[in-house]
Amino acid sequence: MSIRLHAEGLSKTFTLHTQGGTRLPVFRDIDLAVRGGECVCLHGPSGAGKSTLLRSLYANYKPDAGRILVEHGGKIIDLLAAEPWEVVEIRKRSIGYVSQFLRVIPRISTLDVVAEPAIFTGAAREAAANAAANLLTRLRIPERLWSLAPATFSGGEQQRVNIARGLMVHYPILLLDEPTASLDAANRRMVIELIQEAKSRGTAVVGIFHDEEVRNAVGDRLFEVGKSIDVRSAPHAEKEKSAHVGASVE
Amino acid sequence: MIPAPKRALPPPLLSVNGVSRSYGKQLGCQDISFSVRPGEVLGIVGESGSGKSTLLACISGRLQPDTGSLVYDMKDRGPVDILALSEPERRRLARSEWGIVHQNPRDGLRMDFTAGGNVGERPMAIGARHYGNIRSEAQNWLEKVEIDLSRTDDKPKTFSGGMQQRLQIARNLVTRPRLVFMDEPTGGLDVSVQARLLDLLRGLVRELGIAAIIVTHDLAVVRLLADRLMVMQRGRVIEEGLTDQVLDDPHHPYTQLLVSSVLQA
Repeated sequence: MSIRLHAEGLSKTFTLHTQGGTRLPVFRDIDLAVRGGECVCLHGPSGAGKSTLLRSLYANYKPDAGRILVEHGGKIIDLLAAEPWEVVEIRKRSIGYVSQFLRVIPRISTLDVVAEPAIFTGAAREAAANAAANLLTRLRIPERLWSLAPATFSGGEQQRVNIARGLMVHYPILLLDEPTASLDAANRRMVIELIQEAKSRGTAVVGIFHDEEVRNAVGDRLFEVGKSIDVRSAPHAEKEKSAHVGASVE
Repeated sequence: MIPAPKRALPPPLLSVNGVSRSYGKQLGCQDISFSVRPGEVLGIVGESGSGKSTLLACISGRLQPDTGSLVYDMKDRGPVDILALSEPERRRLARSEWGIVHQNPRDGLRMDFTAGGNVGERPMAIGARHYGNIRSEAQNWLEKVEIDLSRTDDKPKTFSGGMQQRLQIARNLVTRPRLVFMDEPTGGLDVSVQARLLDLLRGLVRELGIAAIIVTHDLAVVRLLADRLMVMQRGRVIEEGLTDQVLDDPHHPYTQLLVSSVLQA
């Protein structure tokens, strides 16, 4: 499969003006290419910058240098150079992102929260509602909860609603930030199944998975985050530290 | 992978070029330029006195800027310089293609008309004549903004603040404007009422594909409604970009202060 997402020379430093201008370098000169049907697991200790990289790939954080090339509507677009409205369009159709926590939209029912991304792409309301119902069923959200807003749900339920929402549209690129963090074994297995389905549709997946079972089940290779700061002078080939899952874990 | 060349775009709905306005020695807004595309929702945030309301008044034709130009892409005439239009022309434009939602619903409603009359006024002003149609369209909109139809013939002074604000929104959106200006649309409302109003606005704006410019000091409001955000301080735009990017990864010291000062609920 062809490359769907290609980050080149990505660097990010936070400057905290409210805290005396402290500079926090997070990563430097990252190169990451992800093919359709492939799942790359971001790997590294807590604080290494995995989430920062993932958010950068969604243009939620703005890297200081580099490009993020993505396929959108048959064209290759640099996400970092795109106009805001263009990024909005790209996020609507081409890149999905499942955050760790559901950002609750007050008063909207769970079924509508899940169906909404498809409706924004122009899907018919009924078809979107059916697809949302199907995902919620598979993720074991009891039907009696569907008409309620998810604000009062448990952490695990909210996370599953969030995953359902993130998988509603078959995005060619999918970014997952610890999608199974607060799930029990049965739900974890369902999320694994859903990610595998996305991969078999040709989705390029980049994820952070602390859970080894999930990582082994869906990951094709690891991408080390956090070393790029220390290996500034390393030759280009050293930047992308890839390994088969399992080989460098533990 | 090789990026595609940038393609030519249709003209923006509204282009604001170098707009400044001061009040004597008092600063209003200074040298503001931006554009809004059809269907795009732009948020403008900043503390009181940052010039955001002055800017909104200038770009919505209610206040003459000292310098700068405003080009609006009219439905049947194409791009026109709004400041060069005659007063009646500008008023007709505002009535047919724009909506203005004021912070205080009393400024945007006719307090001596009924609720139905408030919603029906704009369709009548642009040519609707059939009473039955106007009334049913008005009731349709009262339902959309969740006002009980039994209140159709009541005057807004008997309504709560939240109901008045919803009525003002119905009054503005009934003619399906292409661009809506909103000045602190949730200001002065209870938090529970605010959330309800925000959901309503969000649904309506997305459903109808209306472009909107929303001025507020409430970051939660723009997070929910706006695609794009401009941050103002002392009359100038100091940071702009995608809403979530500006709020989650602010670069300017003032934006960082603004974002970090919000209490986590």
